[in-house]
Amino acid sequence: MTNVLPPAAIFIIGGLLVPLIKGKWKSAYMLLIPVVGFINLINIPEGTHWVVGFMEYDLIFGKVDRLSLLFGYIFHLISFVAILYAIHLKHNLQHVAGLVYAGSALGVVFAGDLFSFFVFWEMLTVASIFLIWARRTKAAQGAGYRYLLVHAAGGLCLLAGIALYVNQTGSIEFGYIGLNGFATLLIFLGFGVNCAWPFLHPWLTDAYPEATITGTIFLSAFTTKCAVYALARAFPGTEALIWIGAIMTAFPIFYAVIENNLRRVLSYSLINQVGFMVCGIGIGTQMAINGAVSHAVNDILFKALLFMSMGAVMYRNDNKINCTALGGLYRTMPLTCIFCIIGAASISAVPLFSGFVSKSMVMDAAATGHMQIIYFILLFASVGVLEHAGIKIPFFAFFGHDSGLRPKEAPLHMLLAMGIAAFFCIFNGSFPSYLYSLLPYPVEYVPYTIPHVVGQTQLIFFAALAFIFLTLSGMSPAEMRAVNVDADWFYRKGGGLFYRVMDISMNGINRIADRVIVGELTGSICRIFQRWPEVLCLGVMIPLWSVTGTRGKDLHGKIERTRSALQTHTSPIGISAAMATIFLVLIYLLM
Amino acid sequence: MKQENSEDKKYLFDKPGNMKILAWSFFLSLVFLLVLEFFIHKHSHFPSEEWPEFYCVFAFVAFVALVLSAKYILRPLVKRREDYYD
Repeated sequence: MTNVLPPAAIFIIGGLLVPLIKGKWKSAYMLLIPVVGFINLINIPEGTHWVVGFMEYDLIFGKVDRLSLLFGYIFHLISFVAILYAIHLKHNLQHVAGLVYAGSALGVVFAGDLFSFFVFWEMLTVASIFLIWARRTKAAQGAGYRYLLVHAAGGLCLLAGIALYVNQTGSIEFGYIGLNGFATLLIFLGFGVNCAWPFLHPWLTDAYPEATITGTIFLSAFTTKCAVYALARAFPGTEALIWIGAIMTAFPIFYAVIENNLRRVLSYSLINQVGFMVCGIGIGTQMAINGAVSHAVNDILFKALLFMSMGAVMYRNDNKINCTALGGLYRTMPLTCIFCIIGAASISAVPLFSGFVSKSMVMDAAATGHMQIIYFILLFASVGVLEHAGIKIPFFAFFGHDSGLRPKEAPLHMLLAMGIAAFFCIFNGSFPSYLYSLLPYPVEYVPYTIPHVVGQTQLIFFAALAFIFLTLSGMSPAEMRAVNVDADWFYRKGGGLFYRVMDISMNGINRIADRVIVGELTGSICRIFQRWPEVLCLGVMIPLWSVTGTRGKDLHGKIERTRSALQTHTSPIGISAAMATIFLVLIYLLM
Repeated sequence: MKQENSEDKKYLFDKPGNMKILAWSFFLSLVFLLVLEFFIHKHSHFPSEEWPEFYCVFAFVAFVALVLSAKYILRPLVKRREDYYD
């Protein structure tokens, strides 16, 4: 125990030191961080480590069991791939943000208490935001702010839930929580924001396509998978998750069909794949949890691979990423094309590729639990995956109409990064026993049976036939430059509406106040205070003068003198005193 | 000179012969998969999965339904100009 460190520390400290390293050593140094981290990780025995007293609680920075270890392994692997892919970047900001982000994800996964869990959870947001802003476009800036606001709201929800929960139970241990009561519901929803549940999801499809080419690789791996881990840890077997997961698999595929930006297609696809994991966690049997976790591992790899291939396309084609602008790139980017097809085959669950051995576990668990509707929603979603990720992504970028673009092949380091991810996609699919041996529970599932292979192959080939049929008959929706409104409409347009409502109501009050108080009321009060002493005074004096026999010219003269004295505030002391007395008497009577 | 060469260059699928081979092998695999079904013992989760050629029909119908509903129902509802949010 003396010679191992918390996994998060290596990445966070290592990342913060990146700016100090100059020149050619920087690349080697950055690639060394996940390697050193991995060697450190495999030397950490299972159990509870790094317990630090904090007030009357214990903070635990190393809750190491099979669930957290598997996420630890895959986070190290994907960090290495993502760093390699980004190694050409000269600016330190993205390197530091990426490494701190990866470190925070490891912090979340190995946190044994809710306090440190929450701190790392928030660091995920703070570090990742720079991977979006670093694109330095107006769209990225806007998407980044919205990303930050949504995650801040989700974080507050989680914090409120944790505070209530700790208050109720008296323990800050992070383990099984279960959905029972208001506090746990807040925690549940806090996880749901990061997990991109329906209606809580638009931050993902808004921000990921706007992030930098290399930043998206980090983003696709960590935030949602940390949420999957948290759900698997705290809410396994929660029935609501079955339905949430099933809806997540189904609704994004409709959006993916009509989306033009290929990285946004992949973002919808990411929600769809996380749906399978959430559904598996909801089912909660050992096979379902195994399926969810192994699918998380495979999804990190093939989604990163797909994002990397699309990133390479952007990198070589002046940031073009819309279907309408691309096409026919296989001619000059054959290796990127092959890697993209491997990613597409993996996500489509083609036999021998990774999706085949993990997604089917979740579906089998649903079928074993006699959840017929869920099973067929997942099957429908599997066909949908083929449409957008399996066919649309490679077809519109590398085949389809010839855009006339003849870019160079992706740079070597990007090809290597894609090659590593592609290798593991095929390795996990062809030799699943290695992945299965790392899963939280013992695996009895056998993916390669003849009916399963034949059924899945039929599914894939006839979906492809449908694609050809729709394309040749001209019924496929034309790709067009457009925005498709999603649930973010509520806060993007809602934000504008709020602004307008506030503008009309608050500025309206201001205008009315200006007119009434400044324009009218003040003048009237002035006039009243000028006029009333005159009226009062003369009202008393004229009868008095009449009684004392003043008439005609004399009376007029007196009235004029009194009036001008009052208007110039030069009334004789006697009159002022009389006025004050009358005023006091009046007040006395009125009171 | 080199530039001209690269423009004239025929790539893999620019040759009609290659496309023909690809199309034929695809359609032959479809037939093979349709026939193969009758030689395997299915163990289905639900009764409907035992219908002959269930996965073939399901995939085709689901795919077409998905694309057409996205095109004719979702797109008219959600499509806006590119500067909608600006």
